[in-house]
Amino acid sequence: MIHVIVPTHLRTLAKINGEVLLDVAAPVTQRAILDALEARYPTLRGTVREHEKQQRRPLLRFFACGLDVSHEPDDAPLPDAVASGAEPFWIVGAVAGG
Amino acid sequence: MSGVRVLVGTRKGAFILTSDGKREKWDVSGPHFGGWEIYHLKGSPVDPNRIYVSQSSGWFGQQIQRSNDGGQTWEAVGNKFVYEGVTGTHQWYDGTPHPWEFKRVWHLEPSLTDPDMVYAGAEDAALFQTKDGGQTWNELAGLRRHGSGPKWQPGAGGLCLHTILIDPSNHQRIYIAISSAGAFRTDDGGETWKPINQGLKSQYIPDPNAEVGHCVHRIAMHPSRPNTLFMQKHWDVMRSDNGGDLWHEVSGNLPTDFGFVVDVHAHEPETVYVVPIKSDSEHYPLDGKLRVFRSRSGGNEWEALTNGLPQSNCFVNVLRDAMAVDSLDSCGVYFGTTGGQVYASADAGDHWAPIVRDLPPVVAVEVQTLS
Repeated sequence: MIHVIVPTHLRTLAKINGEVLLDVAAPVTQRAILDALEARYPTLRGTVREHEKQQRRPLLRFFACGLDVSHEPDDAPLPDAVASGAEPFWIVGAVAGG
Repeated sequence: MSGVRVLVGTRKGAFILTSDGKREKWDVSGPHFGGWEIYHLKGSPVDPNRIYVSQSSGWFGQQIQRSNDGGQTWEAVGNKFVYEGVTGTHQWYDGTPHPWEFKRVWHLEPSLTDPDMVYAGAEDAALFQTKDGGQTWNELAGLRRHGSGPKWQPGAGGLCLHTILIDPSNHQRIYIAISSAGAFRTDDGGETWKPINQGLKSQYIPDPNAEVGHCVHRIAMHPSRPNTLFMQKHWDVMRSDNGGDLWHEVSGNLPTDFGFVVDVHAHEPETVYVVPIKSDSEHYPLDGKLRVFRSRSGGNEWEALTNGLPQSNCFVNVLRDAMAVDSLDSCGVYFGTTGGQVYASADAGDHWAPIVRDLPPVVAVEVQTLS
């Protein structure tokens, strides 16, 4: 199972309690994880990726194994530790604004 | 027993303030959606427990929330706002073409007859409509496709469609206003639109009498006289008595005629309220005195209402959607400030008192009169 860390505001919005664990078929990519996340929690559609272009929102970043993978291709395989569930996939809101 | 429910949108959440008909003691509920910007929330006139909320965030985009129980519980509904067809361009601040991009919903206007139908005014300027309680939204693209669309230019707050008024006597007639394109009217339910800016004079644009390009801040209408409109423009308080076909200035003796809000007494169609602001570069009250001005003659002759409002060292603003009236007898008037106060008057403006003092900056105030 893929472990996803979701920002607090989105957890509240989607009424998420507890960990977010998703069953994602290989290859495990950003796109595959986000598709699974949105399928589980439809309220999150449009919040991490814009509706039309399906692009990451500018003030969000994705991290895996301590690395910023935000600018990696959507379909690039993520590290094995994320695919195995040993490490989480982080969706992080920028420290910006007030 | 009658009562009121004041719906308050702030930069960091929504608050619901409730009271009985005396409007002396208040219960405060919130923040709802804490940390999110609540540009507007409004209840259905035919089902007051149905409330729609525009919730947005620079990080996570637009959400629409809906309550079916007067704001006790909420459900996130559809948040997909897609411009219809070829998007096209409007003008950017520097006059260059800029593609239309959806940013947020500024205003939600529920139908007067159907709790599942709502109009949404968006930035970049467009009018959307839902017929299924907010699950899906479709653009009424006739507005944006009006021939002047490529000339529309954003105001300082963005190219926002912030005012939607439905004519209670003819639901096919709707007025909208855009900063800074101006006012528009449809007579066919949103299929086609015409600019209604004749009589407006805006010295800050190349042609002060242009068909479009005026920075209209707010329009108000009394439901018994839907052809009479009052407008707070960037500068100037204006009035039309023919559905916006022609406007004339009614600023009269106001100490400054810059401002954002305008509203009309619930029972007196010629009693109008504004909150003058010093200038377009100094968004706070003149002389540090927070004064509501009331005209009982439909404009031109204005009196300052100060009883209970701070009359020294007050430098807040009152934003365009932050004033509302209830329909009790006597009429209650409410407004919110960027300093986080929501003031209420239960006697049509003669006396004021804060309901709350320390909310986040207030963006929107609506009132529901409950029976």
